[in-house]
Amino acid sequence: MLELRDVHVVFDGFRALDGVDLTVPEGELRFLIGPNGAGKTTLIDVITGLTRPTAGSVRFGGHDLVGRKEHRIVRLGVGRTFQTSVVFEELTVVENLDLAASFRRPLWSLARRRRGVSEAVAEALARTGLEELAERSAGVLSHGQRQWLEIGMLLAQRPRLLLLDEPVAGMSGDERERTGELLTQIAADHTVIVVEHDMEFLRRHASTVTVLHEGKVLVEGSVEQVSADPRVQEVYLGRRSTDAVGNRP
Amino acid sequence: MPAFLNQLPIGLSIGAVLLLIALGLTFTFGQMGVINMAHGEFIMAGAYTAFLLGDLLAALPVAFLVAGVMGLVLERAAIRHFYRRPLDTLLLTWGVSLVLQQLARDLFGAPNVQVPAPSWLAGGVGILPYNRLFIMGLAVAGVVAVWVYLTRTKLGRRTQAVVQNRQLAATSGIDTGRVDMLTFFIGSGLAGVAGVALTLIGPVGPALGTYYIVDAFLVVVAGGLGQLRGAVLAAIALGLLNSYAEFWSDASLAKVIVFAVVIAFLQVRPQGLFVLRSRVLT
Amino acid sequence: MIRRHLPFATVAVIALVAAPLLLEPFRLGLLAKYLCYAIVALGIGLAWGQGGMLTLGQGVFFGLGGYSMAMYLKLAEGGGLPDFMVWSGVEELPALWVPFANPVFALGMAVLGPVALALVLGTLVFRQRVRGAYFAILTQALAAAMVILLVGQQGLTGGTNGMTNFFELFGQDLAEDSTQRGLYLVVAGVLGVLYLATRQLVQSRYGRLLVAVRDGEDRVRFLGYDPALVKTVTFAASAGMAGLAGALFVPVVGIISPALLGVVPSLELVVAVAVGGRHALAGAVLGAVVMGYAKTALSEQFAGGWLYLQGALFILVMTLAPKGVVGLAGRLRRARTT
Ligand SMILES: Nc1ncnc2c1ncn2[C@@H]1O[C@H](COP(=O)(O)OP(=O)(O)O)[C@@H](O)[C@H]1O
Ligand SMILES: [Mg+2]
Repeated sequence: MLELRDVHVVFDGFRALDGVDLTVPEGELRFLIGPNGAGKTTLIDVITGLTRPTAGSVRFGGHDLVGRKEHRIVRLGVGRTFQTSVVFEELTVVENLDLAASFRRPLWSLARRRRGVSEAVAEALARTGLEELAERSAGVLSHGQRQWLEIGMLLAQRPRLLLLDEPVAGMSGDERERTGELLTQIAADHTVIVVEHDMEFLRRHASTVTVLHEGKVLVEGSVEQVSADPRVQEVYLGRRSTDAVGNRP
Repeated sequence: MPAFLNQLPIGLSIGAVLLLIALGLTFTFGQMGVINMAHGEFIMAGAYTAFLLGDLLAALPVAFLVAGVMGLVLERAAIRHFYRRPLDTLLLTWGVSLVLQQLARDLFGAPNVQVPAPSWLAGGVGILPYNRLFIMGLAVAGVVAVWVYLTRTKLGRRTQAVVQNRQLAATSGIDTGRVDMLTFFIGSGLAGVAGVALTLIGPVGPALGTYYIVDAFLVVVAGGLGQLRGAVLAAIALGLLNSYAEFWSDASLAKVIVFAVVIAFLQVRPQGLFVLRSRVLT
Repeated sequence: MIRRHLPFATVAVIALVAAPLLLEPFRLGLLAKYLCYAIVALGIGLAWGQGGMLTLGQGVFFGLGGYSMAMYLKLAEGGGLPDFMVWSGVEELPALWVPFANPVFALGMAVLGPVALALVLGTLVFRQRVRGAYFAILTQALAAAMVILLVGQQGLTGGTNGMTNFFELFGQDLAEDSTQRGLYLVVAGVLGVLYLATRQLVQSRYGRLLVAVRDGEDRVRFLGYDPALVKTVTFAASAGMAGLAGALFVPVVGIISPALLGVVPSLELVVAVAVGGRHALAGAVLGAVVMGYAKTALSEQFAGGWLYLQGALFILVMTLAPKGVVGLAGRLRRARTT
C-alpha cells in the first residue's frame, strides 16, 4: 500500500536519506528504528509532504505523493503525529478531536456550531481513554495525555495509514504500557508505522522492524532477526542499548 | 537618453539609504524577530543630530551614538520583555514612535528644517552628483563594516550563534541578553547614520522616518530573514525600481508597482532572496 | 440562553433607542462615526484576534468602500462634473467613474471591491506561507502605496483633499437631522447584525479552526485543512466589513480623503482593538468606540498632548494588559468570585 523507491533527500549537501526503499503492505504494524539522525523523521516528512525528496518516488494506494500538498496527502488517508506533540491548547479536548474529525466537510458547512459529539469523536475519546477530560482545555493535559490526544485526533480522521513519530518518548512506565495497548488495538484495523527507540517496547509490540542508518535501510525483518544481526548491533544496539535502558525512568 | 541616465544616481542613492536603514532592521527584525516601528524615529534623530551639529562628518559618529543609545534604552526598557510576542512589539514600538515624533515637534518645531550641505559636496562627476556618491559610499562602508563585524569578530560570531539557535547559544555560555543589547545598539545606530545621509537629499522633519520605514521593511522582507546579501540586492533593486517606476509611469503609481513586484517576487521565493534553514514547526 | 444574550440586548436597546433620543444631533453624528470604526474593528478582531493575521492595511479596504460611496454621491448630485474635477481641469467624466452613478453598483463595489482585493492578495500571500510580521509589513506597504496613489491621481480622486460636500443620499438631504438620525440607525443596525454574525462564526467549527490556524498553522495542515484558504476567506470577510464601514462613513461624516485611510489610521484601529481586547469581539467594538471618543475629546483639548497620551497608552496596554480592557475585566471578575 505504501511504496518508497530509491528516495533521496539532501540538505545543503548532507544526505539525510540516501536511496531508501520501503514497502509497507496493508494492515501491517511496522517499526522504524535507528540511531539519532538516521533519517527516521525525515522519512516521515517525505511521506507526508513536509519535505520534498531530491529524487525517488513515494506511492500510496495508487497515488504518487511527491509534490502533493500536505493537506491533500492527509485527505488521501495518511495521518501523522509529531515528535513534539502539538495540540491546540486554546481548544478543549473534544474540540481538538472534532476539528480533526471534520476535515472532510466543505468549508462553508463548518460555519455552523457543533452540536454534541460525532461518532468518530466519541470513538476516539473511548479508545484513548480521554472521556473524563473531554471538556477540559488541552492546555492542561500532561505530556502523555497530549500524545494520546494526538493519536486520538488521528483516529478521529479515520486514516488508512498512521505515522507515529516516537509516541512514547518521555513517557512514564505506566503511560508506555497504555500507549502500547493502544497501539496494538489500533494496529488491528489500521496500517501503522511507528518510529521508536526503546528496544523493550519494540520486543513487546513489534511485528516487522526496519532499521535505518545514515539515511539507508540497514536491515528489515522480525525483531529477533534484527536484534540478532551483527550490523545492527554494531551501529545501533551496541551504542544505543544502554541509552535505551538509561532512558527509562 | 540623459533623463533616463539621471534616474540612475537617484535610484542608487535611494537604494543606498534604504540599505543603511535595512541593515539596521536586518539586525533587529531579521535577527531578533522584533519589528521596531520606532526605527524610523532613530533615522529622524540622526538627521536632527546633523542639523544641530551642522557638520556632516562629525555628525556621522555622533548620530550613530545617539540613535544607538536610544535603541539600547528601548531594548532594555521594553522590547526585551516582548521577545515571545513579536507582533505586540510592533504596536508597542509604534507607541514609542508616536511619542518620539511629538517630542521632535516640541523640540524642533513642526516645520521642516534644512541642513546645508558642505561645500565640498557641491558638483559632481558626469551624471553623478557628489552628495549622492557620498551616500553610496556610506552604504558600502556600512555593509563592509557589518560584514566584518559579523564574520570577523568574536562578538559578531556570537551574534550569529544567537540568531541561529538562541537556546543552544545560551547553554553554550553566551550571554544572550548582552548580545541582544549590542545588536540593538548597532542596528539603531545604523538608522542614525541613515538619517545623516538623508539630510543630503532633502529637508528634515519630525515625520522623516515614516517616509522610509515601510520601504525599508519591504527590503528586509524581500531580502530574506537576516541576510546581508539579500538585503543589499533587495535595497538596490527597490531603490532603482522606485526611481524608474516614477520615471516611466507617474510618481503615484511607483509605490503600487513596487508593491506588486514584491508580491510577485514572493511567488517565486516565498522566503525572500536568501534564507537560513531551520526546522521549526509552528 | 437568556442570560447569554442579555448584555448584547441591553447594549442594542441603548444604542438603537436611547442614544437617538438623548444625544443632540452633533453627538449622535460622532457616535455614528465611531460605530463605523467599530465595524472595521470587528473585522480586525476576526482576522487578528481570532485568526492571528495582523492586518495593518484595513484602511485600504475602508478607503475602497468610502471612495465608491463618495463617487456615487458626487454623481447623484447631478449638475455635470464633480466640483474637484472642474478645479483640476478634467473635462470629461473618466470612464472609471461612469458605472458609479448606479447606487447598486457603487454599494456592491464598496463591499466586493475590498473582498476581491483581499482574496487576490490573500491567495498570493498565504499560499506562499507569508505570515506573521511579514504579512503585517506587506499590508502596511499596501496602505502606504494606496495613499500615494490616491493623492497622485488628483483628477480621479480629489487628491489630498479627497472628496467632500455631499448634499443628498437617495433623495434625502444629508444636512437634515432626521437623515443623520436615520443614518445612525442604519450604522448601528449594520454593526449589530455583523457583530451577531461574526460571533456566530467565531463560536462555530469554523471559529475553532481559525483559532487552530492562529496557534498552529502547520499542524492544521496535517489535519487535512488548507490554512491558506481559511486565512484568505477570513481576511476577505474582514476586508468586506471594512469596505462597508467606509461606505457608511462617507454620508455620516461627509468626507473621504487619503488621510483617513493611510498607515496611521489603519494602525490606530488595530491599537484600538488591542486596547479593547483582541480576543473578544466585544472588546474590538468597545476599543474602537472608546478610542474614537478619546481622540475627539482629548485631541481638541491638548493637541500635541494627545499623541503623548496615545503613545503612552499603547505602551501601557501592551506591557500591562495585553488582553485589553476585556481581559482586565475578566481577571477582575475571576478575582472576585474566587
Ligand atoms: N531541514 C533540515 N535541514 C538540514 N538538515 C536537516 C534538516 N532536517 C533534518 N536534517 C538532518 O538530517 C538528519 C536526519 O534527521 P532526522 O530525520 O530528524 O533523524 P531522526 O529522526 O532519525 O533522529 C539529521 O542529521 C538532521 O540534522
Ligand atoms: Mg526524529
